[in-house]
Amino acid sequence: MKHLMLSAIVVSLAAFGSRAAPVAQGGSVTGTVKFTGTPPANPKVDMSEEAACKGKYTSDPVVMVTNGSLANVLIYVKSGLPAGGKYAVPSAPVTIDQEGCLYHPRTLAVMVGQQLAIHNSDAVLHNIKVVPKKNRGFNISQPTKGMTTSKTFTTEEMDIPVQCNVHSWMHANLNVFSHPFFAVSGADGSFSIKGLPPGKYEIEAWHEKLGTKTMTVTVPATGSATANFSFSAAAR
Amino acid sequence: MVRGAWCAVRGGLRITRALLVLALLVPLTAHRSPLAAQGASEGKAVYDQWCSGCHGTTGAGNGYAATRMLPRPRDFTRAVFQIRTTASGELPTDADLRRVVDEGMPGTAMPAWKSRLTARERDAVVGYLKTLSTFFQGQNPTPITIGKAPRSTPETIRDGRATFEKLECFKCHGELGRGDGKSAPTLKDDWDQPLKPADLTEGWNFNGGYTVEQIYTRLRTGLDGTPMPSFSEAVDSKIITDEQLWHVAQYIRSLSPERPPEPRDVMRAAQVATLPGGPDDSAWAGVERYYVPMVGQVIQKPRWFAPAVNTIWVQAVHDGKSLALRLTWHDRSKSPDPAWDEWLGRMQQAMTEGDAPVSATQGPDRLYLQFPLHAGGDAERPYFLGGSSRRPVYLWRWSSEGDDLEEGTGTGLGSFKAGAGGEAAHVARYDRGEWQLQITRPLVPHDTTAATPFPVGETIPIAFFAADGSNGETETQGAVSAWYAIYPDVPTAPGVYVTPIIALLLTAGVGLGIVRRAQKHRNG
Repeated sequence: MKHLMLSAIVVSLAAFGSRAAPVAQGGSVTGTVKFTGTPPANPKVDMSEEAACKGKYTSDPVVMVTNGSLANVLIYVKSGLPAGGKYAVPSAPVTIDQEGCLYHPRTLAVMVGQQLAIHNSDAVLHNIKVVPKKNRGFNISQPTKGMTTSKTFTTEEMDIPVQCNVHSWMHANLNVFSHPFFAVSGADGSFSIKGLPPGKYEIEAWHEKLGTKTMTVTVPATGSATANFSFSAAAR
Repeated sequence: MVRGAWCAVRGGLRITRALLVLALLVPLTAHRSPLAAQGASEGKAVYDQWCSGCHGTTGAGNGYAATRMLPRPRDFTRAVFQIRTTASGELPTDADLRRVVDEGMPGTAMPAWKSRLTARERDAVVGYLKTLSTFFQGQNPTPITIGKAPRSTPETIRDGRATFEKLECFKCHGELGRGDGKSAPTLKDDWDQPLKPADLTEGWNFNGGYTVEQIYTRLRTGLDGTPMPSFSEAVDSKIITDEQLWHVAQYIRSLSPERPPEPRDVMRAAQVATLPGGPDDSAWAGVERYYVPMVGQVIQKPRWFAPAVNTIWVQAVHDGKSLALRLTWHDRSKSPDPAWDEWLGRMQQAMTEGDAPVSATQGPDRLYLQFPLHAGGDAERPYFLGGSSRRPVYLWRWSSEGDDLEEGTGTGLGSFKAGAGGEAAHVARYDRGEWQLQITRPLVPHDTTAATPFPVGETIPIAFFAADGSNGETETQGAVSAWYAIYPDVPTAPGVYVTPIIALLLTAGVGLGIVRRAQKHRNG
């Protein structure tokens, strides 16, 4: 009897813990993002006023296509998660780097409460201004190379502008989610969203210039569902 | 019957009104004390009467006057405020909001309310405007900790200058702090409206005041909603020390005069042996500068609500034959300048409700000076906006286009007839955000019917017009001044210096004589 009670406590504790802990196992959604056709020309950037960055980059890489693969696409679970679900905040910070007077990466996503580490790799003054509507923004200076500042956000919000006023061509977009089920496509267009409980989900792929694509996937108890997206110049 | 129906309507109205009052009171009293509710309604009444015209009835910064203002009135719904004692991104404290209501925002359209509203009304309106954004709910912002300012010395100011350079403040504020940095033409606020970096030499226009403590606080907290970032993180990361940030504040403070300048009606032109050769002649350094505040030409259509030039400094000397004026004014751009195309584009977007669309191309920079054509015994001055046909003005029109100075007459704003002339000579130069212009002309012109004489020992009325082409300004849409006067000094007669010396010698001589006689008398 005593034994039984103890195990009941253990079980209920475990159940309680699982509510806040990440779904360590679970399924995943993986795929690639392709671009078909001729990518639109990216805006030219003249960095001649900034000696430290001059010539490093000559255009603003809004649409980055390499061998038909599209980078900087945000892929996230738009719907299908149980209402009121609580997920552990990923302990690893998401880093945005300022290098060559551009942001790397230019599309970012963090979970509410997750650290956004802002790093300056340039030996020049940058100010980092984040202009949300639902969260509190900020505007901080990073006058030297190697400086890192961490910030967190409190509310889900999409497409928050990140800008540098010293270098008006510098833009990034930040996305804040209440869950950890998001990813940004890499240079090879690939992405992977891990730890999803089994179920049917609506997955959205969002690109700052090319618009959105959605599809529905069914994630098995173990293993992976595939979601391949394809954008073209006329998407938006 | 009619009476009965009327009574029913009245009765119905009374019930409706009572219900309405109840409906209004219930949600308020449910959460707050009756006193707080009373405060909120008082705050709303004050807000609706005095604030909504600019800030809008819902606080979205979109009152009917808003589109004619740059910078725009604050949008309270986002709860983003420039002048705070809290960290970047934090809400302001009640005291922060109250201070802005009390003192206004120098350099903007926001006036000081402490002389118009009672302390109770100002408290109430602060309470009310916090209800216009959900961000304030349940929040109690805390100010950052600010230490004591170190003593300001030439060394700390020098260190402040070095730190100013290290932090690259000049990127926006310019090498000499005139707000003409390379990034200046690209700056905008959080609402995408064009926004100029502060001219650090005009502290009296700083939005949050210009004591060393106030400047230091702005450096620590940043000006949220604007491109000005917080430098607290640079101190926390040990890139600079807190003391060095104080030194930056002391350096910035040192760029502005001790007190806000006051305009003076009469500007004296002292007599000198030789006139300066140009606006950069070191002889000007010893000549008194007179402050002329400039305001937008908002009287005659097409009006201009966003003037770039807010101050002209005037210096004057004469040598008994000619009058020389030195005019300096801060202008962030040497127009036209392709780097400012982006700024002009943003001005076109911002100033859509003017009397005419903002020019799509950059014109030149302009400075016009006017004098009454017929001065002398006639005391009445011409209309200050370029005169009238009854009372014309004698005009000097300088333009950066071809660095040209025209002489002529005018009978109203924008009117110009080239005439007489050829006698006014000029030298202009642009240096890091400042135009410097020297104009020299004989005191007595060849043709006194076409040009105003400048008789020594008499006041000559003078007024100014300035335009910045990169800001979309034209020959009528710019900044204007009231009438002032130049007074060429009467040469000092040698007797003025000799007489007191003779008197002194005589007195001493007589005194000595008396003493000697007295001594003789005693000895004898």
